[in-house]
Amino acid sequence: MTTPLLEVSDLTVRFRTDTGWMTAVDKVSLQIAPGEALGIVGESGSGKSVTALSILRLHAMATTRLPTGRIMWGGRDLLGLSMRDMRAIRGRDIAMIFQDPMSSLNPVLTIADQIGETLRLHQGLDAAASRRRAIELLDLVRIPDAARRVDEYPHRLSGGMRQRVMIAIAIACRPKLLIADEPTTALDVTIQAQILDLLRDLQAELGMSVILITHDMGVIAEFARRVMVMYAGRVVEAAPVGGLFTAPLHPYTEGLLASIPKLDVDVRRLPSIPGSIPDPTMVIQGCRFGPRCPIIEAGCRQDPMLLPAGLEREVRCPPRIAP
Amino acid sequence: MTAAIVKVRDLVKDFAVPGGRAGAKAVLRAVNHISFDIALGETLGLVGESGSGKSTTGRLLVGLISATSGEIELFGETITGPGGGKRLETVRRKMQFVFQDPHGSLDPRMRVGDCIAEPLDGVGGFSRRDRADRVAELLETVGLPRAVADRYPHEFSGGQRQRIGIARALALRPEFLVCDEPVSALDVSMQAQIINLLLDLQDRFGLSYLFIAHDLAVVRSIAAHVAVMYAGALVEQAPKSVLYAAPKHPYTQALLDAVPRPEPDRVRAPALGGEIPSILNPPPGCAFSPRCPLVMERCRSERPMPRAIDAGHRVACHLYETKS
Repeated sequence: MTTPLLEVSDLTVRFRTDTGWMTAVDKVSLQIAPGEALGIVGESGSGKSVTALSILRLHAMATTRLPTGRIMWGGRDLLGLSMRDMRAIRGRDIAMIFQDPMSSLNPVLTIADQIGETLRLHQGLDAAASRRRAIELLDLVRIPDAARRVDEYPHRLSGGMRQRVMIAIAIACRPKLLIADEPTTALDVTIQAQILDLLRDLQAELGMSVILITHDMGVIAEFARRVMVMYAGRVVEAAPVGGLFTAPLHPYTEGLLASIPKLDVDVRRLPSIPGSIPDPTMVIQGCRFGPRCPIIEAGCRQDPMLLPAGLEREVRCPPRIAP
Repeated sequence: MTAAIVKVRDLVKDFAVPGGRAGAKAVLRAVNHISFDIALGETLGLVGESGSGKSTTGRLLVGLISATSGEIELFGETITGPGGGKRLETVRRKMQFVFQDPHGSLDPRMRVGDCIAEPLDGVGGFSRRDRADRVAELLETVGLPRAVADRYPHEFSGGQRQRIGIARALALRPEFLVCDEPVSALDVSMQAQIINLLLDLQDRFGLSYLFIAHDLAVVRSIAAHVAVMYAGALVEQAPKSVLYAAPKHPYTQALLDAVPRPEPDRVRAPALGGEIPSILNPPPGCAFSPRCPLVMERCRSERPMPRAIDAGHRVACHLYETKS
């Protein structure tokens, strides 16, 4: 086993809301090895995006209680770093791309300016050198006619092109880890396929690790090697993709996979998970999936633990763990 | 073959948009000569990416916007052309619209019961008692308890709000629903519930649907026939069993290939290159020609017209034209 690049243990993030404190992320642990592609999948309120934002400490300070747990990166706990030290890591060692490339780009700066910002800050390049490097990066993310495009403003670009620019900014300093939060969700299907191809190629070329966060099981199957399924702030199952899709252990994973509309067979009625995703401020005793679970039993009323269940697999479900 | 309740022939919709010099307007052709039918009690799935014109088509069909040219016949009444507006009024109550965004389409200050009863209030003539009974009946129809009538939309999840939107659409006992991306804002575990509800309602009330979506797998789970739009044009339409098993148009093929599937061992074909064309400045000839892997010389100059290649299967592609 190689040393993990990033090791998160027992990360807990709480937010203040109108009705009190809510636990958005509840004791999440994860590891990612150098060069690995990890997927985090979940629906609304699962805590997948908050987990990602917490790694870079990007959540709103005013409404968030200081996260607890540990986020170990290169021998240091990111949760203990000063903001100044954190800024040196963001964009240089760990970079992030978001769902909406339009609101992540500054509309009044050219592409060259925005890519250059990272290069000047972290690598001390001057204006001419950073512009040259920006053109190289646009080439790398396969934007045609890079030398001309580099001087354009974001509104001139399509959604897919903007996401390519975001990726160019993210990889500008050759980060060791890229966190991609729903990077293709806002894109059309044919453009999504282009961006996924690009991310996979760049990952191989640059040897980066990637954490891909998505609600789409299809995107996970295509991109990740290992996957964590989150539900209501907790990891309910972790497994290599092959095992997760062929033999899901947690009843939530099972229900989620069954309810995906199929492209290659006709199903008259899709199986669905009854009930709704719980309100995050609501307190549920025991397993969070309990109220919707078809196999709930007495043991589920105590808080179930995430326990090993075979090679590289873990599941938080007493009925599926019991011998 | 049952009678068509919707017949669309050669439908065109242009929008004037600011552009050009000195305040001149440019014309954006959102819907470009499309034709299709929807049979009684059936679902036509209308699929396309951004800017394909699928939502504009839905809005034209229920008379929310008027056509530039072409014909729309609903329940035997032609609602386009001279006198179309009057004829639209005679059939308007038979159709309703279900919107994508269950948050934006319900008034946050109205109680759920009043949201649902709004169409009844618009028509008038219901006593308080009848109105309340009808609301309760509609709530039960969509799988919500009667008691929620007194609550406000923000108290509900996205899936429940979409149920409320559907209850409102059913208030006047319509026969035809245009559903514009009704499940795309919902989480996967909620999508299946709403699709199943729409299927149940169709069985129970004999409803016909135009189901607009970008997700081909969702469309497969509900539609009997599927029409694929690209840059304002209908490139292919076929019964579901044919379209998914043997798509003919290179765009339909690419679209099906591009969908990520929950199968880790599947190796997807490399993505189609290029971008979705701007309909403000469409390429000449076939709109798909700049991205088409099978493009021929004439595709770049001559627009292919839809032709029947089999029963109910029409393709707009020069590849399938018999050589003369």
